[in-house]
Amino acid sequence: MSMRTKLGQARGDGSAKHGVGHWKAQRITALALIPLLLWFVTSFIIMLPAPYIMVYEWMQSPFVVTMMVLLAISLFYHGYLGMQVVIEDYIHGEALKITLLLLTKFASVFMGTLAVISCLVICFK
Amino acid sequence: MSSDFDKGRPMSPHLQIYKPQMTSVLSIFHRLSGIILFFGAFLWAGWLIGLASGPECYVWVQNLALHPLGLFVLVGWSFVLFYHLLNGIRHLMWDAGVGVDIPTATKTGWIVIVSTVILTALTWMQAIVWGALWS
Repeated sequence: MSMRTKLGQARGDGSAKHGVGHWKAQRITALALIPLLLWFVTSFIIMLPAPYIMVYEWMQSPFVVTMMVLLAISLFYHGYLGMQVVIEDYIHGEALKITLLLLTKFASVFMGTLAVISCLVICFK
Repeated sequence: MSSDFDKGRPMSPHLQIYKPQMTSVLSIFHRLSGIILFFGAFLWAGWLIGLASGPECYVWVQNLALHPLGLFVLVGWSFVLFYHLLNGIRHLMWDAGVGVDIPTATKTGWIVIVSTVILTALTWMQAIVWGALWS
């Protein structure tokens, strides 16, 4: 329920009312990324010099695929939210700002989806 | 009438003449590391795509990563990642209202710097052990 008065709502003044959602999403993805990244870095260090077939078989495990998919989603979501703040802070020309925001959003969604699909291709092949 | 400047009062931070403080430098590096990691995420996705694209493609990606220059990038990347992760926890603490006073912020700042170095070192010591085990 909104805490704003009816008059305040009708005037439509103030923020775009999405600030709290952004703030919360940034922190929730940050929390999720703590265990996901610690798991990934530890595993990646083990898998980096391993032969292809070992890494491939490792990726067949439901736990590993789940962690990897969640990591891909949280990573690109958190990354986009952070870049959005940086762009909004430093780019003042409206046209360039919107262009960069859209480019960042499309690139994040595209690479995030590609990463998720890659995980699924590996585990279902 | 004399201005605040004449009276020697503290002025708002004009970055060009502002003396860098540990807390402000860490804050700037948090943003900088975030930007670096955003682009790093695309390389990370490249590793997964390589793995999904078959053995030839994966070996190519792996050779790139294990090349001395690739390893140099990975070590730097892990340092930046651990920094952003640990300093991010510091930020989450502040969001919860914990440790917002200056002495504590300075102390936790040093903890972040030291822990970043320790975690990076531990990670690559582990890497050396596993590299020897696989070969």
